[in-house]
Amino acid sequence: MDLDRLESRAASSVSRRGFLQAGAAAGGGLLLSLSLVSPKRDAEAAADFAPNAFIRIERDGQIVLTMPYVEMGQGTYTSIPMLIAEELEVDLKQVQVEHAPPNEKLYGNPLLGGIQVTGNSNAVRASWQPLRQAGATAKAMLVAAAAKHWNVDPASCRAQSGEVLHAATGRKLKYGELAADAAHLPVPDKVALKRPQDFKLIGTPAKRLDTAGKVNGTAVYGIDVRPPGVKIATLAQSPVFGGRVKSVDDAAAKAVKGVRQIVRLDDAVAVVADHMGAAKKGLEAVKIEWDEGSHAKLRTDQIASELEKATLTPGSVAQNIGNVEKGMVDAVTKVEATYEVPFLAHATMEPMNCTVHVRNDGCEVWVGSQVIARVQAAAAKTAGMPLDNVVVHNHLIGGGFGRRLEVDGVIRAVEIAKHVEGPVKVVWTREEDIQHDMYRPYWFDRLSAGLDEKGKPVAWNHRYAGSSVIARWAPPFFNNGLDPDTTEGAIDLVYTLPNMHVEYVQVEPPGIPTAFWRSVGPSHTVFVVESFMDELAAAAKQDPVAYRLALLDKTPRAKAVLALAAEKAGWAEPLPERVGRGVSLQYAFATYMAQVAEVEVGKNGAVRVRRVVCALDCGTVVNPDTVLAQIQSAIIFGITAALYGEITLNDGRVQQTNFDSYQLLRIDEAPAIEVHIVQNFEAPGGIGEPGTSAIVPAVSNAIFAATGKRLRKLPVERAALKQPV
Amino acid sequence: MAFSIEVNRKAYVVDVDGDTPLLWVLRDVLGMTGTKFGCGMALCGACTVHLDGVAIRSCITRIDSIGTSQITTVEAIGSTAAGATVQKAWLDREVVQCGYCQSGQIMSAAALLASNSRPTDAQIDAAMSGNICRCGTYLRIREAIKQATQSNGQRG
Repeated sequence: MDLDRLESRAASSVSRRGFLQAGAAAGGGLLLSLSLVSPKRDAEAAADFAPNAFIRIERDGQIVLTMPYVEMGQGTYTSIPMLIAEELEVDLKQVQVEHAPPNEKLYGNPLLGGIQVTGNSNAVRASWQPLRQAGATAKAMLVAAAAKHWNVDPASCRAQSGEVLHAATGRKLKYGELAADAAHLPVPDKVALKRPQDFKLIGTPAKRLDTAGKVNGTAVYGIDVRPPGVKIATLAQSPVFGGRVKSVDDAAAKAVKGVRQIVRLDDAVAVVADHMGAAKKGLEAVKIEWDEGSHAKLRTDQIASELEKATLTPGSVAQNIGNVEKGMVDAVTKVEATYEVPFLAHATMEPMNCTVHVRNDGCEVWVGSQVIARVQAAAAKTAGMPLDNVVVHNHLIGGGFGRRLEVDGVIRAVEIAKHVEGPVKVVWTREEDIQHDMYRPYWFDRLSAGLDEKGKPVAWNHRYAGSSVIARWAPPFFNNGLDPDTTEGAIDLVYTLPNMHVEYVQVEPPGIPTAFWRSVGPSHTVFVVESFMDELAAAAKQDPVAYRLALLDKTPRAKAVLALAAEKAGWAEPLPERVGRGVSLQYAFATYMAQVAEVEVGKNGAVRVRRVVCALDCGTVVNPDTVLAQIQSAIIFGITAALYGEITLNDGRVQQTNFDSYQLLRIDEAPAIEVHIVQNFEAPGGIGEPGTSAIVPAVSNAIFAATGKRLRKLPVERAALKQPV
Repeated sequence: MAFSIEVNRKAYVVDVDGDTPLLWVLRDVLGMTGTKFGCGMALCGACTVHLDGVAIRSCITRIDSIGTSQITTVEAIGSTAAGATVQKAWLDREVVQCGYCQSGQIMSAAALLASNSRPTDAQIDAAMSGNICRCGTYLRIREAIKQATQSNGQRG
């Protein structure tokens, strides 16, 4: 596809009429470019209007969709094409998907400030209206082209399976045959979208379009690219964040068979070799002395105690309802607690890697990234070249979870590649990947609540301290000390609370980079809020489900998922000793979700999650099998965090190294998972992340039910759960 | 030093140090990138291949330890009965998410089924617990292996 051509057309033929504009695609087909930006905003910023995804219908009927969102296993390469195929009346098998090139003007995510990003569980949410509209408009134009050809009323024609039919005469034309004519027709101002009850694809389980190559070894992830002549490098970055290389003795490394070159950077050393085996062996042979810098004595407990102190000082008010001070004065019972959650690594199965070829006149980058435009910008800056001289090839992602929203690995690879003749693939060892991740922030929370004589909460006070990832990653969204991520799940609760006050204190940990991590803000807030809600139920001596239900009269969708989860889980049924059920309820990523976890705590304190029941209302379901898969996935991800997840520092160094010290849940620990979806036609909610934030408090509340022990710090401390003799 | 190895029924000579892990010979020297790097310490199973039909972790298998043993990788596992059944079951059950660990999962599952056509749940857990999946596809892996055992039974 000639992207330059498409882009230049998009930039020059600005349409104020609406979302879509048509033109002849290279090869004579119909091209529709569409904007994921709302019409109002278009009108306001008409001069910068730039469509950001493309439908291309080729003469052979092939429909190509350029995807602004990358496939990380979340099924987006299937669910997004379903939206178009539904309205366009084509078989999903006729849709072909391409990675979008880096271009924030064209492919910026309207729900994330125009950054070209796949994250925050919002691909379907962002595409829901505009992509269906794109499909419907294309269909209308194809029908119009056919009607013109036959000289009949378009209303007497209909589209079906990639063809336009004229029922009265039985004539048909394939889309490919109509594409060239359709390209010259005016774009209709308004098209009707299908009624949900007429959906043929949306809501039906569709087979994933990206899986065949993933079972036979042919799928190409970033780590698999092999441009001709590529060398392999691995690296050691300063073990202390912010440290520098003081001296390097590479004599022994150079003697290793297959080692080609040692690259010394300010704060890292890389060994370039014919293969990773030689690169690793070479790196082990390099003697590096580090100037450890100012973080050489940093420990996690110091960071935690700074955060704890910060929660004693006022923060920015994220939400205030009623008068919480008065509510507290009037309360009959008072409950107070503090909570802590640790730094977490992403531990994607595909370790960080990036392949770069720096030439005199340009730079080529091969990588799997959630933010390809940022990759291009970072590579250009590091290579000292104009953006146009940097070509980025995006590849399948062997796990994102937020890690590949960052470009630190790209910058590293370009820094190294500047010293290397020809292309070099920089592959991080697992140890490097875990010890130089950018971590889910550590959080410290202080809460108090007051209950009336019936046990109902009449005051809710919550102040928390930790890092704002948004403040670094998307500064325009950090305002007045607040951002929408750190507050999600802590404010706008589903519960009716007459007096509520929530404050956030931004504290950036010294030296430690923080980043988004699956379920982002709610990975912290939902654990705290739902654990504390459980504490209130216990203080009121009420059942945790009944207690919550009584606070949900104003949020019927939340009430419905909670009631459904409890019913399906057999909430009231008796359980053996040291087995308990715990519940959680959240509204996050525009999806309502309740989970009930059934947990067994061994005499030695070992926790086993036996069964999880999840009820959710994510509005219209596009691909139900993907919803199911994402919930299963997110629950396993969250159980890993609850039971094992913790990055700690001592002497400025991350103490975890590999999957022995940073454990991930395995198949023999995986619970049975049941998912119940509330069917409706509300706008779609996100589904990749909510399952992770919801499971964590469900597990800790279940541990409380099983043992009477309230856990206010993650991960679960096994020693504290041993059965007293 | 030069080593002669046989991968997927084809002979290769590679000139690397004897302690070079098979994983890097496959991926970087021979260009067979279906076998994945995950941990380098036999902790995650992403690098699983078959050595004379037995699942091994190629990241800790030295090239000088292989001798005349037959190496089979994910690229060729579909030509074995168990491998083809497993791959089909994986697609039928929509096991895959990001897919990065699935080469190793499939190799472990194919080795299990080749040696035990009717594994119990406990045997499935035992054979598969060395393979980590960060996307958490474990429930579907179990289902797919069960489907594969059923088709094994029907055939046999």
